[in-house]
Amino acid sequence: MSQRLQTGGRLIDRSKEVTFTFNHTRYKGYAGDTLASALLGAGKSLLGRSFKYHRARGLVASGVEEPNVLVNLGKGDRLEPDQRATTTELFDGAVASSQNHWPTLAFDVGAINDYAYRMLPAGFYYKTFMLSTWAWHKVFEPVVRQAAGLGAAPTKADADRYEQAYAYCDVLVAGGGVAGLMAALKAAAEGKRVLVAEQTAHWGGRAPVDGGEIEGMAPEAWVKKTLEALGKMDNVRLMTRTMVAGLHDHGYAILYERVGDHVPDEGRPRHRLWRVRAGLTKVASGAIERPLAFAGNDVPGVMLASAVRDYIVNWAVSPGKEIVVVTNNDDAYRTALCALDAGMKVVAVLDAREWAHGPLVEAVKARGVRVLEGHAVSKVRGKSGVVAVEICHQDSTGSVLEVLGCDCVAMSGGWSPVVHLYSHSGGKVMWDEAGAMFRPDPARPPVGDKGQPIAEVVGAANGALTLSALCAEAGVAGGAEEENPITPVWIMPAKAGNDLKFKAFLDYQNDVKVSDVQLAAREGYASVEHTKRYTTLGMATDQGKLSNINGLAILSDALGQAIPQTGTTTFRPPYTPISFGAVTGEARGDIFQPLRKTPMHGWHEAHGVHWEPVGLWRRPYTYPRKGEGHRDSVNREIVNTRTNVGLLDASTLGKIVVKGPDAGKFLDMMYTNMMSTLPVGKCRYGLMCSDNGFLIDDGVVVRLAEDTWLCHTTSGGADHIHGHMEDWLQCEWWDWKVYTANLTEQYAQIAVVGPKARKLLEKLGGMDVSKEGMPFMTFKDGELAGFPVRVYRISFSGELSYEIAVPANMGLALWEKLHEAGAEFGVMPYGTEALHVMRAEKGFIMIGDETDGTVIPQDLNLGWAISKKKEDFLGKRAQMRTHMADPDRWKLVGLETLDGTVLPDGVYAVDEGVNENNQRNVQGRVTSTYYSPTLKKGIAMGLVKHGPERMGEVLDFPADNGVVLQARIVDPVFYDKAGEKADV
Amino acid sequence: MLTLTCPCCGVTVEETELAPGGEAHLKRFGPGSTDEEFETYMFARKNPKGVHFERWRHAYGCGKWFLTARCTATLEVFGSYPAQTTEPPAELIAKIKEKRPGWEGYK
Amino acid sequence: MSKAVSALNGQSHTGFATVTEAGLKGMVSLRADLSSKALAKALKALGLTVPAQRAIVTEGARSVAWMSPDELLVLCGYEEAAQVTADLEKALAKDHALVTNVSDARAMFTVSGAKGDEVLMKLCPIDFETLEAGEMRRSRAAQVAAAVWRSGPQELSVICFRSVAGYMMGLLEVSSRKGGEIY
Repeated sequence: MSQRLQTGGRLIDRSKEVTFTFNHTRYKGYAGDTLASALLGAGKSLLGRSFKYHRARGLVASGVEEPNVLVNLGKGDRLEPDQRATTTELFDGAVASSQNHWPTLAFDVGAINDYAYRMLPAGFYYKTFMLSTWAWHKVFEPVVRQAAGLGAAPTKADADRYEQAYAYCDVLVAGGGVAGLMAALKAAAEGKRVLVAEQTAHWGGRAPVDGGEIEGMAPEAWVKKTLEALGKMDNVRLMTRTMVAGLHDHGYAILYERVGDHVPDEGRPRHRLWRVRAGLTKVASGAIERPLAFAGNDVPGVMLASAVRDYIVNWAVSPGKEIVVVTNNDDAYRTALCALDAGMKVVAVLDAREWAHGPLVEAVKARGVRVLEGHAVSKVRGKSGVVAVEICHQDSTGSVLEVLGCDCVAMSGGWSPVVHLYSHSGGKVMWDEAGAMFRPDPARPPVGDKGQPIAEVVGAANGALTLSALCAEAGVAGGAEEENPITPVWIMPAKAGNDLKFKAFLDYQNDVKVSDVQLAAREGYASVEHTKRYTTLGMATDQGKLSNINGLAILSDALGQAIPQTGTTTFRPPYTPISFGAVTGEARGDIFQPLRKTPMHGWHEAHGVHWEPVGLWRRPYTYPRKGEGHRDSVNREIVNTRTNVGLLDASTLGKIVVKGPDAGKFLDMMYTNMMSTLPVGKCRYGLMCSDNGFLIDDGVVVRLAEDTWLCHTTSGGADHIHGHMEDWLQCEWWDWKVYTANLTEQYAQIAVVGPKARKLLEKLGGMDVSKEGMPFMTFKDGELAGFPVRVYRISFSGELSYEIAVPANMGLALWEKLHEAGAEFGVMPYGTEALHVMRAEKGFIMIGDETDGTVIPQDLNLGWAISKKKEDFLGKRAQMRTHMADPDRWKLVGLETLDGTVLPDGVYAVDEGVNENNQRNVQGRVTSTYYSPTLKKGIAMGLVKHGPERMGEVLDFPADNGVVLQARIVDPVFYDKAGEKADV
Repeated sequence: MLTLTCPCCGVTVEETELAPGGEAHLKRFGPGSTDEEFETYMFARKNPKGVHFERWRHAYGCGKWFLTARCTATLEVFGSYPAQTTEPPAELIAKIKEKRPGWEGYK
Repeated sequence: MSKAVSALNGQSHTGFATVTEAGLKGMVSLRADLSSKALAKALKALGLTVPAQRAIVTEGARSVAWMSPDELLVLCGYEEAAQVTADLEKALAKDHALVTNVSDARAMFTVSGAKGDEVLMKLCPIDFETLEAGEMRRSRAAQVAAAVWRSGPQELSVICFRSVAGYMMGLLEVSSRKGGEIY
């Protein structure tokens, strides 16, 4: 049984006790503990259930590679599932619970799967679910949905805050172990801007645990001295709890900083996602120890040899009382020595190598420990904890030679360099036969914007697995005990039969065993990427940190090929999972996305507005009064505007000034109409097409002066159209003298609309707004009620109408003044829906309703707005193409249902016969449809084949539920056909 | 995510400040052109694995369009230059030829 | 013109830095040939000089910033902006130039305090360690366009469009909250 040792623990502070709960039971730990070390110190070794077989699981590792012990952490609005106990720093009041079991961790019904393992081989689900769709929907999916997932999904909004930050450096050092610190020191001494990121809370990596000497000092002392030196340099930033999650194109690195996880009540942001641009990334990400694949290697108490050392040295926790070490290399002997020093009994060291010598081996032997060369674990005994190991010869089928009682097994299959960051943006790895590992190929690095390498790898990540090798690589004096070569061991024992291989785990989290990978190979999965997906090897949240190399070695063996031929799967960012909160950053709630507000936004809100999103703007849709539905209020607004006077906030309308000697020529290219001939002081409705011929925007163009025009665009189109103009000016006609400026936000614009509009403006006073003084389709600059304004006589409703532009900062004051002065005329605000209905009553088109990117002006009977005189304009050539000139193109008409009801939006008019897909032929569709309170019936606009030639014909529009609506083709101008009301 | 240098305001910026504009150095064909010419101008685009000339707008910065030469396979950027030209600068072409001896040229 | 109210009417928040909407500001956009003599003369009349690429020149209460190779932005008092616009227009009447009063189209903010940089580091892809006084960077703050410069000791100024002033204030407020200090 695991327990806390009386002394030691370099990372814990015994003076600070910390209380936490796990599965509703209270435990104590110390400041500096991880959740894993505290649980282990409290004697808890059964900490989870595996995903597929629900086998009892405990800690295998001590860091990011831990596959088993994922917990639900926190509660309520701070619950987060799948948190790795080994990387969770303990804090007072932490609440954790185990996952994937029912009803309890100790007694789990799902464990029945473990007895059924022969029936749940690799690809079981794929094979089974192919049976029938009926079986999938009725049987499998409900069962799978019940069983799927590890932790519990939170049901409340996250209470924490998250943020992102940008940083720039010459050298980013990924990893704060000895190799990383050496690289940082070197770059800093060269005057580079250096950023050092260490994923844990502590510097020095493995060296303080593993020992040795650097520049005459113990590693811990050297690390301290180096940190002090780096800390004094202005060009160095040191960051702990910060993982380099990914290295991307052009040296773009994503760093994940856990700012507040360990101090949840200090008001800090929980996580910060760093977006770093690094000239060069020094990858010092270390190496991860590999498990050995023997039967029962997942029983709680079987751990990586390095993890056993970490728990003892860092947190003064002994994972057991009696330990068996099983290895294929010298490094694991350090664990034996460390365990002896901590007072544990080392029952034996099983060394799979036939020949084990060297200083570390001798040191262990000298302390009276049995070292059995050429030996292996045949099988671990125990279910919820190790009871004993059955031992055998490595070169055997597993015949048991002896049974050794123990409660902890420390295993080491060698080390795999962490090559992830080097690989993320294209760096390649190569197989190192002597070290039995993939390591970065320095000849094929990831490259940056100048074709230069953007990553270099140092230390264990580069295959320099010993302190001696690492120091030699960095040119620093230092080293540790000499080590003899590793002998690769991929299956233990080498000739293990099925009974053993069925329980020899490769991927702990996804329960993938040696037998599964071999089965995949027999079934024809030759590609490692396919095998991965078929068996789910390496697809869990640990992304195969422990399992990948063992898995592909076994696949290679099964396929009878060398490991480099099989290759690796793709290393993808992030290196370990990062929170959604960090990815989201500040973009949530009110600032999820920019909300554009007009100067009158607050007034609308205070007057019960119902909003309509238009691009990023919010525009008033309608202003319902108490007891009114939206339809009622829209009707009221329309009737009032057509009878009295209505006010519309039109500030969102695009307003682009175009000026210069060539401005007229330019606008003649931009618009289908002739704009160069527009007299100063006049307004003209214009159409804009893309050079592909399609209608993209419309609006009123005003000639402000001889060389200056003001172009109004749609609300959603302002930025796009301004960009469109600048594109042509900068990239095609750069010798034309034209300047543009987007003044959309400079002005608040208010439409004053209705028969009493003139009376209202006359009451404000200051300008002649009479028919003679300001005729229809003209404009004037002046003052109204003391406001500096520009007034346009334009109408989108068919009524007498003035659009008043006023500097935005005065928009609200003028809007309020109009309401105040207009009370006696029955003034009311109206929203976009009333605007839409009124324009439809007048047969005016709306970009986005009548157009959808495939409609040309000719389709909308707007031929009158297309100049015949101009040699060229954007879209002219395209509109000459055969399909554009086709007389069969659908054209705009009005539609009126026979019974006065409202047609559904977007419905199609059917034609005789069917097409090649056996669908009914169609001959038209509805583009706009409304109830008209003015005409007291449904009105619609639509595009119909030969429509304008078919006035009076009745078309069938099949709607939902088998209903067929009938509508007659009519003139699209439903209201005031002569246009007399606007021009008064 | 790419970094490109805007030749108009002289800063090296990340892609989030930029808007892409597709292939550079297209020749516009208007009225009077053949269907084939118009089709080529409007629709035919190169899609090379290797050197490519592109339009970018420094949308969040100075608002100006500029052109770049970039390798679509390695993302190496050979250079950027103002948009007011019908063909890439000679020195840029020379630089690319030096770095990519097998390159067939920009046309 | 007492009827004029800036987008957020001077709203302010204090966390580890103070973020403030700077109220009404005069801003005049000027598009012209930046090497023209008339332009230099017109700016001289305002007490200013033509700024170099990305530079912002300040003299007294007025500044002029380089926006693009053919665009400058004059910053002045809100009340005088209309006159400045008219004067510049007159001075450049013979040149091909476009002068527009954009005082109402934008909002300005200040971020002040010793850790002011850290607020904007969270929002803008700008290397603040290399942003010198006298340089203006046009970039973005989270999802909107923004121009940023050092407007005083321990003070940065930010300009964005008026319609997104509320969004900008939201960004600045959350980024300057206590506990969010970076270094």
